[in-house]
Amino acid sequence: MDLNNVMGFPILSLSIFLPTLGALVIWLFVRGDNAVRWAALGVSIATFLVTLPLALQFDTGTAHMQFEELHPWISVFNINYQLGVDGISMPFILLTSLLTVVCIVSAWTCIQTRVKEYMIAFLVLETTLIGVFCALDAILFYFFWEAMLIPMYLIIGIWGGKNRVYATIKFFLYTLAGSVLMLIAILAMYFEAGHTFSLLAFMDYPFDFTWQFWIFIAFFIAFAVKVPMWPVHTWLPDAHTEAPTAGSVILAGILLKMGAYGFLRFSLPMLPDASQYFVPFIVALSLVAIIYISLVAMMQTDMKRLIAYSSIAHMGFVTLGTFMFTQVAVEGAVIGMISHGFVAAALFLCVGVMYDRLHTREIGDYGGVVNVMPVFAAVMMFFCMANVALPGASAFIGEIMVLIGTFEANPVYLGMSTKWVAIAAATSVILSACYTLWMYKRVIMGDLIKDSVKTMQDMNMREFGYFVPLIMLTLWIGFYPLPVLDYLHVSVSHLVDQATTSKLAAAALAQAAPVLDAVHH
Amino acid sequence: MQEMTLNTTELLAIPGLPLLAALLAGLFGWALKDKLSHLITSGAVIISALLSIHVFMQVLDGASFYGDYWTWIISGDFVVPVGMMIDPLTALMMLVVTIVSACVHIYTIGYMHGDPGYSRFFSYISAFTFSMLVLVMGNSFFTLFFGWEAVGLFSYLLIGFWYKRESANYAALKAFIVNRIGDFGFLIGVLAIWFYFGSVDYKTVFDMVPGFVEKGITLDFMNWQISAITFICLALFVGAMGKSGQVPLHVWLPDSMEGPTPISALIHAATMVTAGVFMVARLSPMFEYSEVALAAVVLVGATTAWLCATIGLVQNDIKRVIAYSTCSQLGYMFVACGVSAYSVGIFHLMTHAFFKALLFLAAGSVIHAVMANQDIRKMGQLRKYMPITYITMFIAALALSGVPPFAGFWSKDLIIEATVVREMGWVGDFASFAVLTAVFMTAFYTFRMFFLTFHNSDRVPAEVKSHVHESPKVITIPLMILAVGALAAGAWGVMVLDIANPEVVNGYFGNSLFVLDAHNPLKMIAEEGEHGMFHFLLSMPFWLAIGGISLAYAMYYRETALPAKMVAISPAVHKFLLNKWYWDELYEKIFIQPAQRLGNFFWKSGDLAMIDKGVIHGGIVDSIMSGAARMRAMQTGMVFHYAFAMVIGVFGFLTYLMLNG
Repeated sequence: MDLNNVMGFPILSLSIFLPTLGALVIWLFVRGDNAVRWAALGVSIATFLVTLPLALQFDTGTAHMQFEELHPWISVFNINYQLGVDGISMPFILLTSLLTVVCIVSAWTCIQTRVKEYMIAFLVLETTLIGVFCALDAILFYFFWEAMLIPMYLIIGIWGGKNRVYATIKFFLYTLAGSVLMLIAILAMYFEAGHTFSLLAFMDYPFDFTWQFWIFIAFFIAFAVKVPMWPVHTWLPDAHTEAPTAGSVILAGILLKMGAYGFLRFSLPMLPDASQYFVPFIVALSLVAIIYISLVAMMQTDMKRLIAYSSIAHMGFVTLGTFMFTQVAVEGAVIGMISHGFVAAALFLCVGVMYDRLHTREIGDYGGVVNVMPVFAAVMMFFCMANVALPGASAFIGEIMVLIGTFEANPVYLGMSTKWVAIAAATSVILSACYTLWMYKRVIMGDLIKDSVKTMQDMNMREFGYFVPLIMLTLWIGFYPLPVLDYLHVSVSHLVDQATTSKLAAAALAQAAPVLDAVHH
Repeated sequence: MQEMTLNTTELLAIPGLPLLAALLAGLFGWALKDKLSHLITSGAVIISALLSIHVFMQVLDGASFYGDYWTWIISGDFVVPVGMMIDPLTALMMLVVTIVSACVHIYTIGYMHGDPGYSRFFSYISAFTFSMLVLVMGNSFFTLFFGWEAVGLFSYLLIGFWYKRESANYAALKAFIVNRIGDFGFLIGVLAIWFYFGSVDYKTVFDMVPGFVEKGITLDFMNWQISAITFICLALFVGAMGKSGQVPLHVWLPDSMEGPTPISALIHAATMVTAGVFMVARLSPMFEYSEVALAAVVLVGATTAWLCATIGLVQNDIKRVIAYSTCSQLGYMFVACGVSAYSVGIFHLMTHAFFKALLFLAAGSVIHAVMANQDIRKMGQLRKYMPITYITMFIAALALSGVPPFAGFWSKDLIIEATVVREMGWVGDFASFAVLTAVFMTAFYTFRMFFLTFHNSDRVPAEVKSHVHESPKVITIPLMILAVGALAAGAWGVMVLDIANPEVVNGYFGNSLFVLDAHNPLKMIAEEGEHGMFHFLLSMPFWLAIGGISLAYAMYYRETALPAKMVAISPAVHKFLLNKWYWDELYEKIFIQPAQRLGNFFWKSGDLAMIDKGVIHGGIVDSIMSGAARMRAMQTGMVFHYAFAMVIGVFGFLTYLMLNG
């Protein structure tokens, strides 16, 4: 095992467990709501600082896993505590540690009950999220993947809205059903690939087509629920509407990325032939997400539900780009995910700001907000335009790259030219403008008529403060995405190679090997 | 000639200063106060205008510039460089944009005086100027698209500037969405360009086009084949139709008049809406190779020129009359480009920018005087109160109608000549008919508006009358500057820019526009000039314009009872035109309502009934929800603590294993 630990220091372990250690300290030693808030903020900022060297020390010249750590865990089953990141997973770790800070700040005043538990939940959630992106052992991955459900489940179930019980059960059941299949798939791979849980070994092992086919389906269900893809998407609008603001932020910002990350980490490199085989299916579902879901989004009367549907539509671009197996499309998909992490998170925060004032998410209860909250209106305009993927915003980079990559892709199994797929996907240019700006018009613009709206106060410095980094990041990636693309290039290129190199010949050879051996003897 | 290179710093300052000023006024407007905001932004744009004039002089002497500054995206072989290309076409556009913008900035100081959003307005129009300059100065399809979307954004923000007005908000939304339909086409064009040419900068793509066309590459869809170059041009042209308000995407432009008048002049007359024409001219090395695309450009342009002119005949809102005239004149420009007279199209773009901006600003001066009334039925006899506005608007009206020697005459006349001589089958015949009859209608509606506003009977409501006065100098001086343009730009173009000279291909524009030898319209005009029949046609536009003005004179100056009688004869036609051919109603029926119904159907029947009720409720969740009482325990602290103890316990176990494993 060659370890590529450039730090000589278990930085990934520290990133993963620092939040939980902090949570433990808060649980045991910190008293008083305000002290808890400051302590949680301190822990989250410390975690963010700890994850920064990942970006600064990252070697963009190699597709190897970096900052690796490897310790035997449960040796009987050859389960290892193996961590490592490449250019695809590293940016998500930073996104997670940054958004956690934003979440904690955003919950400063609106969470008044069980503050300590709330903060602990978020810190534990951060551990599991970072863990998923670092894990290179399938069981470790599965452990974090499952563990992440618990704090999320509690966040919605305890601090959520009126229908939170329904939403949590739905959320839990959907994701759990997917996870069970994933576990089965992992176990199947374990036995087939020679008693190992190493993701890197799975990537190298020549699964034959039947194996790939069934494992792909199992993974697909697990990941599709998380993305979410139509028709297993209906848990998301409910979860989003019922979740507290920060819950929505982390849900849209990070949790939604798990599914697509799963495709990139498992399906594409481990099951290249099945991935190719299922392209028409994925393309169809992605287009449904972009068109069908956009139309549904347009008709929503609840702002959070609208943004939730908009998220599903944007994730349609991500799944489309992922399964085009071209450098541009896959990089575009990753940029799209990162960008969505800023933009959708910020839009949920915007709704949260209004919700804190009027305690309603209904579009019809607002109107003319700009009159009383001009600064807020400008901030929300910015993120609405980013959601519409105007050039200069990060979302544009992701979408245009996916479209460019799709237009030129040439998947073997797709019965039609991908040009028409790209053209169909490009209708998002129109549809996203329809639902986003129509909502903006009804909520923000107009004369001040409703008495309740008249009482609204513009944002305070704390609220403005958590939008600032998101605005800056959205513009940064919109105008200067090269540093992030630099992280991706080699890793994505390696991934595209894996995904476009058939394992079938090797698999046939491996199956023939014992026979050949017998012949030789 | 090509060795002379322009100064990079100067070129960067031209869009850079307005951007900087916009940021200052936008972010710190609250601290700067009104006066500093308008000084900074107007100052920046005026300096930009002076620099543009300087650049233009150098370009006249043969200077040019091409260079990349920045790389936007690199991914595999997909590389998007960002840079500038300054050639005669760009230089003229920069001149038009910055001069009109400078006039509008000064005018705004007076027009928006006392508005609560004063600094914001200046910030927007400066930022718009920056965006428009990026659009024209860029050297790739991506800079074009960036500028394209940015001007769209500021157009949206400015139409909805008075956000308390429901109609303004609606118009802003409509403008953005209709433009996005165009952008959809534009985007597909860009995708196809990248796919077929492997590059997105003008120079590389243009150099490859002839070879590419020779290969005869086609695109297949079902059993239908389309040549790739035609596909690209048509897709991009959809973008141009959206931005330039061409039928059937014209519906947003008249509604955009909800915005304050200065932006109607700047954005919805002189600059942004001409971006589509600029695009077709810029991409002449591509359009020239697709007869189908050229025919489409002519067809759309001619249809718009004619159709919008008919609507303009009966409108009663002073700004809407001018707005329909803008659509119509943009149609002329497209016809010019479609018949390969790109230089003439851009020439008309320039003259139009001056006289149309003037027309709008003068209309704004009138609106200002009669206390925000825009209905010409409530005006009349205003010449007595506002002499400068009256005279400048008269000049603009003559220029628009195409009366010599005013600016519009020169350019419009050339367009008509080029259209008539170019053989394009039925499309050409239709276009000739359309551009000729539209001349008559243009002259008529322009002077209808003019007479109803300044002559005719005095119909100004009594309570407004005491307020009517000539506008202050900050408003009238920009009018006078633009009036010089409306007077002289045409003759200047013909004399200095060599537009009408058949000996010089593309005149002043030289290599910045591309015309196949077989298409060169000015050559054809010169050759056809010998035939007698042609001469008769040539004099036709002039007589049609005079006819239109005379009819307006008769109906709205002499026999003012006549219009009502004519309406009585054909009320249906009048109503049809007054309701703008019912385009809005049609779109409501065939796009908006079905889209909403479909969205509702997918939501209610798809997501809720089929997926949630059918699958989830029918099976899984309900059975568990029946035991929901148990779930309530979750809200008590016990379960909560238990769950956390579990999670933390697992982590502790994990750590133990890790250390001792």
